[in-house]
Amino acid sequence: MKNKQIKIALKNCGKIDPERIKDYIAVDGYKALGSCLSEKMPGDVIDIIKSSGLRGRGGGGFPTGKKWEIASKFDADQKYVICNADEGDPGAFMDRSILEGDPHSVIEAMTICGYATGATEGYVYIRAEYPLAIKRLLIAIGQAKEVGLLGKNILNSGFDFEIGLKYGAGAFVCGEETALIASMEGKRGNPVNKPPYPVECGYKGKPSNVNNVETFANIPKIINKGASWFSSIGTEGSKGTKVFALAGKVKNVGLVEVPMGTTLRELIFDIGGGIVNGKKFKAAQTGGPSGGCLTEKHLDTRIDYESLKACGSMMGSGGMIVMDEDDCMVAIAEFYLGFTVEESCGKCVPCREGNYVLHEILKKITHGEGTLEDLDKLKNISEVVKATSLCGLGQTSPNPVLSTLSNFYDEYYDHVVNKKCAAKKCRSLLTYSIIEENCIGCLQCKRVCPADAISGELKEKHVIDPEACIKCGACVSKCKFNAIVVE
Amino acid sequence: MSCGEHNFREKLTEICREFNNDPNELISILHKAQGEFGFLPQKVQETIANIIKIPSSRIYGVVTFYSYFTMEPKGKYPISICTGTACYVKGAEKVLEAFEEKLNIKNGQTTSDGKFSMSSLRCVGACGLAPVVMVGDKIYGSVNADQVEKILSEYD
Repeated sequence: MKNKQIKIALKNCGKIDPERIKDYIAVDGYKALGSCLSEKMPGDVIDIIKSSGLRGRGGGGFPTGKKWEIASKFDADQKYVICNADEGDPGAFMDRSILEGDPHSVIEAMTICGYATGATEGYVYIRAEYPLAIKRLLIAIGQAKEVGLLGKNILNSGFDFEIGLKYGAGAFVCGEETALIASMEGKRGNPVNKPPYPVECGYKGKPSNVNNVETFANIPKIINKGASWFSSIGTEGSKGTKVFALAGKVKNVGLVEVPMGTTLRELIFDIGGGIVNGKKFKAAQTGGPSGGCLTEKHLDTRIDYESLKACGSMMGSGGMIVMDEDDCMVAIAEFYLGFTVEESCGKCVPCREGNYVLHEILKKITHGEGTLEDLDKLKNISEVVKATSLCGLGQTSPNPVLSTLSNFYDEYYDHVVNKKCAAKKCRSLLTYSIIEENCIGCLQCKRVCPADAISGELKEKHVIDPEACIKCGACVSKCKFNAIVVE
Repeated sequence: MSCGEHNFREKLTEICREFNNDPNELISILHKAQGEFGFLPQKVQETIANIIKIPSSRIYGVVTFYSYFTMEPKGKYPISICTGTACYVKGAEKVLEAFEEKLNIKNGQTTSDGKFSMSSLRCVGACGLAPVVMVGDKIYGSVNADQVEKILSEYD
């Protein structure tokens, strides 16, 4: 069933040697750039991208051609093309794969973008955590320069374009355009109010067109095959394909590229092969820390920008973490908020304080101290943080809380009222006890207990003191007689 | 820092010159300096500030903002445990606890002999191998808590 995939952005990954420009040229590489420079006016290029219907693949989904058009209209002595390769969503790695497997496609696309928008300088803002991608990009830039596909007077067209690298230093918020630009300028990655948007006032105060790696990787193919070919793939509002990073409790993990409009079921069960160890599917988290959890009832939703939003999640960069019955959704929400609290830049109050409070309440709940009132608080604070935060980080960070609250309210209820965690993830809510008829009194569990919470002599029934038990689980893994039960 | 005061300033001057003493290039300068010295103590920050003529408070602000930069020396073998979502749902937390227990340090600390340091990071983009642990540049995939001792023994 893997033939449901259509590869556009990932077309060359794994098929060509990314360190040889000849390999890329042999598969029509730089043909699109050649045709743009020799046969098309910048406006024609923008029209093609506009009518292809391509939208930003980094998460926002803004129409790419429209962005290019706006950037092209500003008059400035210098404009910039910026490739956002700060792939910070945990669980997403398509940008890394494209940069490692097909770096020339991004270089070609950035050059085309420079020609279309009137920029002569480009930068790739890339995570320092991706050393191989950096190495291959540098090799590719060097090779493109050597053969005259980058630099002065490209292909004798009179068009100049240079590409440099800027390194990230581990800050999730730098995926946000204005924070990314601050970071490029050697500052803390604090976002600023929009407008003005970077297309008007960006890097060094000049118009800067920022696109994501996957977005760029689509460009040469659209120019070569035509806008109508691209727009024939996908759904009404979302054209082309999307790369998803399948991870978590699914059999086939890795990158898949499918037409927009593919259902979650096809993705997880046909392509992904279903859930590992014969467990039951519980949720798929899309869009990283800004996204939400989709459940069984969403399995047949056709995935595109709008439908995911309608389900309370978002496309995001395409990370898809599959979870099974052993995952606790309250703990997942706590995990994401922990991430947000760490990554919030601290500039605006709702994000800095609101997310902190949300995280504290979630911690309280997973530690068995939550109340029903806390659930209302979670919802209210989430809505305020969403509505009043400065940038995309805070505007979306409560999504994991809201979507788990609405899709898994029973689980929250179980935690605060019955003080139970059905997935057995929340340690404070578990009790360990010994089943008398199974226990032979072998002392194994008693010896391994770090808290001396188990009493009983050799060949006597053992007993766990619930007050002293730290719920580490060491005894369970030692007991050979299934005599310890966790509830 | 093993090199003398003089050498150390000279090295930083060289690094800054490579980036035209341009404050816009501060992050690249810091990457290079950390690559050279292993960490970015106050002294290094003040010297860079002096060379590229910006307040050292701005450099401190940048160093503390980005998780990649550190003001503490790392161990000879830095251990990074990925706690991205994919690794989390596959049990990264248990692996992290096992390292803490075996090394008798908390996440973020360095062992007293300077041999190992521990940190968690968010996603190395190898989610197919979750949970992932890195020791230096070496990547260990599908790690479980029971393997921790064996991994550490490779560095005896």
